[in-house]
Amino acid sequence: MRYLPKSPAERQEMLAAIGAKSINELFSGVPERYRLRAPLKIPGPYSEAEVIQYFSDRAAENSAGYTSFLGAGVYNHLRSVVTDAIIQRGEFLTSYTPYQAEIAQGTLQAIFEFQTLMCQLTGQEVANASMYDGSTATTEAVLMAERLTRRQRVLVARSVHPEYREVLKTYAKNSGLRVEEIPFTANGTVDAKALQGALKDDVAAVVVQSPNFFGVIESYAPLAETAHAAGAMFVVAITEGVSLGLLRPPAEADIVAMEGQSFGLAPSYGGPFAGVIASRDKFVRQMPGRLSGQTTDSEGRRGFVLTLATREQHIRREKATSNICTNQALCALAATVHLTLLGKEGLREMAEQNFSKAQFALAELLKIPGIRRSFDAPFFNEFTVELPRSVKMVNAQLLRERIIGPLALGTPYPELTKHALVCVTETTPRGEIERFAGALKRALEQPI
Amino acid sequence: MNEKIKKASRHTNQSEGLIFEKSSPGKRAFELPPLDVPHADPVKALGAHHRREGIEGFPEVSEIEVLRHFTRLSTWNYAIDLGMYPLGSCTMKYNPRVNEFVARLDGLATEHPYQPQELSQGCLKIMRLLEKCLLEMTGMDALTLQPAAGAQGELTGLLLIRAYLQKQGNPRKKVLIPDSAHGTNPATAVIAGYEVENIKSESHGQIDVEKLRGQVTEDVAALMITNPSTLGIFEQRIPEIAEILHAKGALLYMDGANMNALAGVTRPGDLGVDVMHLNLHKTFSTPHGGGGPGAGPVAMKKILEPFRPVPILVEKEGGRLALEPIRPDSIGRVKAFTGNFGVLVRALAYILAYGPGVRQATEDAVLNANYIRKHLEGVYELPYSLPSMHEVVFSDAIQKKNGVNTMDIAKRLIDYGFHPYTTAFPLIVPGALMIEPTESESKEECDLFIDAMKSIAEEAAANPAIVKTAPHTTRVRRLDEVGAARKPVLRWKPATSRGEAAG
Amino acid sequence: MAYPKTYRYSKEHEWIEVKGDLATIGITDYAQHELGDVVFVELPKPGAKIETGKSFGTVESVKAVSEIYAPAAGEVIEANSELQNTPEKINTDPHGAAWLIKIRLTNSTGISDLMDAAAYEAYIADKGKEASA
Repeated sequence: MRYLPKSPAERQEMLAAIGAKSINELFSGVPERYRLRAPLKIPGPYSEAEVIQYFSDRAAENSAGYTSFLGAGVYNHLRSVVTDAIIQRGEFLTSYTPYQAEIAQGTLQAIFEFQTLMCQLTGQEVANASMYDGSTATTEAVLMAERLTRRQRVLVARSVHPEYREVLKTYAKNSGLRVEEIPFTANGTVDAKALQGALKDDVAAVVVQSPNFFGVIESYAPLAETAHAAGAMFVVAITEGVSLGLLRPPAEADIVAMEGQSFGLAPSYGGPFAGVIASRDKFVRQMPGRLSGQTTDSEGRRGFVLTLATREQHIRREKATSNICTNQALCALAATVHLTLLGKEGLREMAEQNFSKAQFALAELLKIPGIRRSFDAPFFNEFTVELPRSVKMVNAQLLRERIIGPLALGTPYPELTKHALVCVTETTPRGEIERFAGALKRALEQPI
Repeated sequence: MNEKIKKASRHTNQSEGLIFEKSSPGKRAFELPPLDVPHADPVKALGAHHRREGIEGFPEVSEIEVLRHFTRLSTWNYAIDLGMYPLGSCTMKYNPRVNEFVARLDGLATEHPYQPQELSQGCLKIMRLLEKCLLEMTGMDALTLQPAAGAQGELTGLLLIRAYLQKQGNPRKKVLIPDSAHGTNPATAVIAGYEVENIKSESHGQIDVEKLRGQVTEDVAALMITNPSTLGIFEQRIPEIAEILHAKGALLYMDGANMNALAGVTRPGDLGVDVMHLNLHKTFSTPHGGGGPGAGPVAMKKILEPFRPVPILVEKEGGRLALEPIRPDSIGRVKAFTGNFGVLVRALAYILAYGPGVRQATEDAVLNANYIRKHLEGVYELPYSLPSMHEVVFSDAIQKKNGVNTMDIAKRLIDYGFHPYTTAFPLIVPGALMIEPTESESKEECDLFIDAMKSIAEEAAANPAIVKTAPHTTRVRRLDEVGAARKPVLRWKPATSRGEAAG
Repeated sequence: MAYPKTYRYSKEHEWIEVKGDLATIGITDYAQHELGDVVFVELPKPGAKIETGKSFGTVESVKAVSEIYAPAAGEVIEANSELQNTPEKINTDPHGAAWLIKIRLTNSTGISDLMDAAAYEAYIADKGKEASA
């Protein structure tokens, strides 16, 4: 087998050196009756060509040839081939967690640069080396707020991504946290009155997302003030990081939980992505995840090490800030490379293109009789529209024209049946936006 | 040499500053295609939301500078592609390149998790086949592919146990964990809402079954076992342990980190394990990437199936696959979307490459570990003498007499061209050296490793100073971890003066 | 390093010096030596109540975190603010300048059960023998 560097003769030599007559002797610790007699019933072995063929066949059974208007937490953005050229280098791809700092300075410095970029983007003072994704980063941010405030209630805006809220619920169930939801107003923003009403001195965190699940941009300052007045921490979740190229960052937030998928990571049917937690220096000891810190070696050279490790599971065990061990290092590296390629101007330009395309798309859709905007509020690259008929039916017709239509909102938001979330990015060609509008118009003209 | 001239050979090995230090306004590394719709003015539309000033400090560099910067950084890393990582319980095996190729295919890398399921059958088939293969290997009944890493898999497993016991009326209070366990185990148990109670190992490093009998009460929800243990030794009485737990209504969780010793040879499900996680970035060759991403699928017996995280992958008529989001007893989601799909693709590619022949990989892994053990026995102290499987644990007791400890030996190993083994773990062996070569090492590499370790033992006896001050050949010497923790500097900030030396 | 004779010592390696109804608490030279270079100290704020035998803070090194257990009960009057910036004082002067907290005692039963300097030195000498056994 091509991955096994042994010849039959070498195996024999090694067995002889050990003093064993057969490999089975080396498994003597496994009770006889539990040793498998027959080979596993799995396909293979496949040569390299056959492996490629198998996956190429699967790739052909997906959505090739369709144009998608989906966002909702996973975004199509331009990616440079330079990113892969770097992360495919064996020294990055096949290296281990940088516990042995002297032979992992490449990884450690890259993490330090990632941490810096995340701070610059979010307006926070310190950021970690990555969490699994935005949903678990948001959950861990809430748990961090719980530890810091020693309070047990959490108020989460309903306009936070439904799956992020589901993950939070799963984790909260077992930690004694009570999670309550705050409604949104008629213009799609967090209901500040309801928030004020729900806030008492037992709230650890107020969690909002911006742009929120409907694409609507929230105003941080008044929400932060309200939360802080009650002694609660203000946690902001960001699912579309490119928005930070155009929008004011949540400087008022105590903790930011961001999804980094938009920074050079392929949608890849849902993962792997890269979450990050960013916060204030004074909270760093309660922050989960790895941290790369600058230091010097015994000869005065600048170097980097994993630091404040006493927060982590391998030292603190039961008292750790989190159980996270493996994170998303290579994805964070990809994001780092991507963001340094984009640079200041590139990110701003990408964000502006998203903004312009979305404004154009909205204008085109509003020309169609029967289409209304759901929320009258500023947005970035996603917006919600109300259709005069079932989104499911409309999308079925759009599929026939090889268009993957906007996300129906009726399941996570029963009061928003017939509403759909449209996403356009810099990758959506004008011609496709126009074709989408045309197809939608035709679909609505069909007799029911 | 004129110090002002920095020659290229110095750059690649020596100094490379931070990317921010190379930044200069107006440089660009990436250009977008021109905007094909009218430019919309963000200032009026966004008002106070608009980020008028650019992102302060964000780098402005050119494409070649980015490429050189990260290429130079990469040359400072050790990697599997360069040589062995004998790290215990990490299973640092070869990361096949075809896995990278197929994960990037158009039609796989490009798919959105919310696209219609009829346009995702390729992705769903990959997930279904992976499920089937992992179930066959583990001898279990059902699986979830959602957890993003081993630790998240552990949490999922404990939440499944909790939900199952809760449904019967009482989630119970405690989880038993051996003192040799990986740190994620107790950390996870606490997050799952349980108290941790330690079980001591007996004199052979195995779980003390007689003590266990006394510890398993109806307050105990589960025992978290690693098999083989972190000593690399098969827990021979695991079927008995399972029975003791089951008799009191408790369950057996297995940390599957050491599955590389078992694949194709025995199945945890057959041994009485109720639920376990797998580390795809260990046993199944997906790359470590400097610390992730991984994936931690959880396999379980039928009794736990109703509690699986949603959505559930089901087969419908005509072989059509679907993800069903509703299950009344589900513990909920542990992560948004479908799991680390790209990692799942790589793991399946690995499995298909081997087929049933994966047993050979397991045998070679165990062969390598025993070969190394045979040659280093007597050179290093072997605290537990039961047969080793895929990893072996020594201690530094012999070398300690000269003041040389496992950390020093590990650092000296770097000078011989190897990444260190796992130091100071498991906790039950003071001064541990935990060595797992994996099947990816040739006899030649194993011999080189053995020779290096023998040489270091000799140095420890005759010239301990050279070991204690190692490594001597790396780009940086031992780094000041104390200073890093006392005054943490966790991000770059623009220098107020030009004082910061790049080293 | 000498163990001051006016102090009392706990099995968890804290020391306490009592003066009337006030007391000063710290960790011993043995404890700082076991920990290694101290990087961070977490102490309660003035006004906090501490209970005998319960943890009231932590001392952190690079590789470990140690809980600090109260050898007596009381209310915290002062926490040593110098340790925020220079936690390494614990390594150099654990019995003097690196005191951790000053408390007003609410319950002094149990203090007489703590070890005196001679008993503590014998206690840690035994520990040393155990470790090399």
